[in-house]
Amino acid sequence: MTGHVLAVSLIPARSQMGATLGFHIIFACFGIAMPAVVLLAHWRGLRHGDAVSLLLARRWSKVMAVLFAVGAVSGTVLSYELGLLWPKLMGIYGPAFGIPFSAEAVWFFVEAIFTAIYLYGWRRLPAWLHWWTGVPLVISGILGAFSVVAANSWMNQPSGFTLAAGRITHVRPWAVIFNAATPYEVPHMILAAYMVTGFTIAGVYAVGLLRGRRDRYHRLGFSYAFATAAVCAPVQVVFGDFVARAVEKQQPQKFAAMELVARTHSGVTEWIGGIFWDGKVYFGIGIPDFDSLLVGYSPHQKVIGWDAVPASLRAPLPDLVHLSFDLMVGLGMLLLLLSAWQGWFALFRRRLLVTRWFLIPAAVSGLAAIAAMEAGWIVTEVGRQPWVVYGYLLTKDAVTPAAGVPVTLAVVLPLYAVLTAVVIGVPWMMGRRWRRENPAHDGQDAAPGPPPEMAETPELR
Amino acid sequence: MTAAGTPSWEAITVGIALVAAMAAYALFAGADFGGGIWDLLAGSSSRGRRARDAIDASVTPVWEGNQVWIVLGLVLLWTGFPGAFAAISVTLFAPLAVSALGIVLRGVGFAFRHEAVRPASKRLTGVLFAASSLLAPFFLGTAVGAVTTGRIPVPSPGISTAAWTTPTALVTGGMFVAACAFIGAVYLVGDASRRGHDDLVPYFGHRAIISGAATGVLAAVDLALLHGSAPYVFGRLTGVALPLVIISALAGAAAVTLILLRRQWLLRICGALSVAAVLAAWGLAQYPYLFPTSLSVASAAAPSTSLIAEIAVIGLAAVLVVPSFAFLYWLQQHGRLEHDSASVQLRRAARVQDRPAEPTATGPRPSGLLNAVIVVMAVVETVRGRRRRRGSAG
Repeated sequence: MTGHVLAVSLIPARSQMGATLGFHIIFACFGIAMPAVVLLAHWRGLRHGDAVSLLLARRWSKVMAVLFAVGAVSGTVLSYELGLLWPKLMGIYGPAFGIPFSAEAVWFFVEAIFTAIYLYGWRRLPAWLHWWTGVPLVISGILGAFSVVAANSWMNQPSGFTLAAGRITHVRPWAVIFNAATPYEVPHMILAAYMVTGFTIAGVYAVGLLRGRRDRYHRLGFSYAFATAAVCAPVQVVFGDFVARAVEKQQPQKFAAMELVARTHSGVTEWIGGIFWDGKVYFGIGIPDFDSLLVGYSPHQKVIGWDAVPASLRAPLPDLVHLSFDLMVGLGMLLLLLSAWQGWFALFRRRLLVTRWFLIPAAVSGLAAIAAMEAGWIVTEVGRQPWVVYGYLLTKDAVTPAAGVPVTLAVVLPLYAVLTAVVIGVPWMMGRRWRRENPAHDGQDAAPGPPPEMAETPELR
Repeated sequence: MTAAGTPSWEAITVGIALVAAMAAYALFAGADFGGGIWDLLAGSSSRGRRARDAIDASVTPVWEGNQVWIVLGLVLLWTGFPGAFAAISVTLFAPLAVSALGIVLRGVGFAFRHEAVRPASKRLTGVLFAASSLLAPFFLGTAVGAVTTGRIPVPSPGISTAAWTTPTALVTGGMFVAACAFIGAVYLVGDASRRGHDDLVPYFGHRAIISGAATGVLAAVDLALLHGSAPYVFGRLTGVALPLVIISALAGAAAVTLILLRRQWLLRICGALSVAAVLAAWGLAQYPYLFPTSLSVASAAAPSTSLIAEIAVIGLAAVLVVPSFAFLYWLQQHGRLEHDSASVQLRRAARVQDRPAEPTATGPRPSGLLNAVIVVMAVVETVRGRRRRRGSAG
């Protein structure tokens, strides 16, 4: 009977986890990185008495609060789901896996509290004290990301516990938190969060600039956000290379799926794109020996293929893992190019590049960054399958025997679809309202003086 | 497994922290749920506007922080008592899933109602917020009732409706809703009095008395039901935990008396104490069991190193979260975080505004440390401001 129930619940449970996690991670990115962008504008505004920067910071803080609220509730749902969907994961490995999560609860708390203080502190708190109430957001965002991603990297490289008779008998908390995958997963995700946030906000202002709103408000809004993301882009690309090499060592099965390596051999071809079918790769661009070269700096480097383990222990859907990996790398490279292009102008010509040729790709850079980040998580999570705790616990053995998962899935999918629409719609409506309140920002090269809304706030002058 | 050995000090500490996190969730997020319930019952949009605005101003700046207590409770439960968490999650899949849905709808409805401008969408998000305020406490209450009556097998074979639909569990769910409404109304009385809204003080006062009485009646019914459904817990509630039960009843009665006398002094403390004491009594009555009488704290506890890591996290929370939380509430109680969202609302607020500019004596006093922090900030800020002025003059 149990076997039957398992078969019923596994796919819905994985779909629900994937959907809710894929949704939440976007908001988590803003929770991690948006405070830094807001504080950058806020700091410049206070330091130089610049009302436009202050206006940006204040409006962004409102958007940030909405995004944080959605991130907070969708994150709460995830902590429920860990039990509701994967009780055996928590029941057996909770004493180890739960430790980084517990630390995350503290950072989540700090962030929730100071988000409220910062959002509602405008006009109410002394100006610099108010700025400082935003600093805990930046710190707790980074430490919270560290804790949660450390929990995920523990699932990929479990360590720091002793297992006896199906129960954890001893735990070394530091070895759990600083497991072998922490050093690369955590920075990779924090950089991704900064890129997603920066490029998305920049994209919004790029659309405004494209529509002819070329005033200082839009230029500054674009610059703060784009600069934040552009600084991270080159670091992320170099770092990503290090991540792939570490995955090759620690999780050869995941790497085999990423690179479509069917059998262990040397002189492995690097496939860009392509679909694996019946032992061959179709529609892909193959670079002979290049995969071996990337892995071991030598064309004769041996790379482990998925034939090294029985079929039941291989990552399912290698094509999905491979194409997601290629999408992430490709988009990362394009974002790097875009950043370098603007960076060249900013550094050597001392001006903002606002040609149409640059702004059109910049307008979609946020979507590209989100797609790259989601693709990266598909690589991590689907590539780890069939394991939930790599090498210890199979996903199918962790799933709940409760029969309600298809029902919750049927509720969650439309609910989250509506949420997505609302979450995009609300900031869009905010933007429209702001333009109505401040028609000056709609015109070409409006006067850079303090907009009317700011002039009413004495402490900001 | 059924033998109730003495738990280690680490397990007891994490267990106490778990009950404390639940109490904090009840006292803070529970009050927000209560606000949602009164929002739901406030009547037509014109009649209920003042009450709704007051609820909104009280709940808006703090609800997100309040919500995190349940996350803290969850992580303590799954790290400290993993087998119990797994069994609860499987057996009580349905009420937990519905309460999670309530939390999502409520948070989202709340976050967006300030951005919704059209009356129709405003009403929709408002209804979402209010109706879901009933879902979460009721279903969490039934879950607590299921645990108390020992209806959760370990390991759990599957979902069970019988576990959380016993009369005890349903009454516990109702009691949770009533207690949320009570504590929410008590806080709102305090807030209305602080803001000088003289009409709203009796408005929420009446509601606090009604919901307080309902909570008391349901608690008495619950206790009577426990006599049959959970004799062990009943025995301890009327034995070793009796002082806490009495404290809870007295504090609740005191809160009602203070409202009748129109005194604000100690009102919130009494209201909070009545809820916190009953949770403490419940925790003590369950001891030494997690699920009376099938799973003991000792046998459910994680290895001691995990528990010590959790105690370190609790320490970190005590150092970081408690002062931040106090700072948030201090700012809120001194009117520093009043809502300022859409200009539409600002204008409306300006029309009805009669808030005192100066903090009144009813709010909790700031601690010395907070004062020191604010003084240091003010000094730093003055110095910077002066330097900046000098810079611009020169």
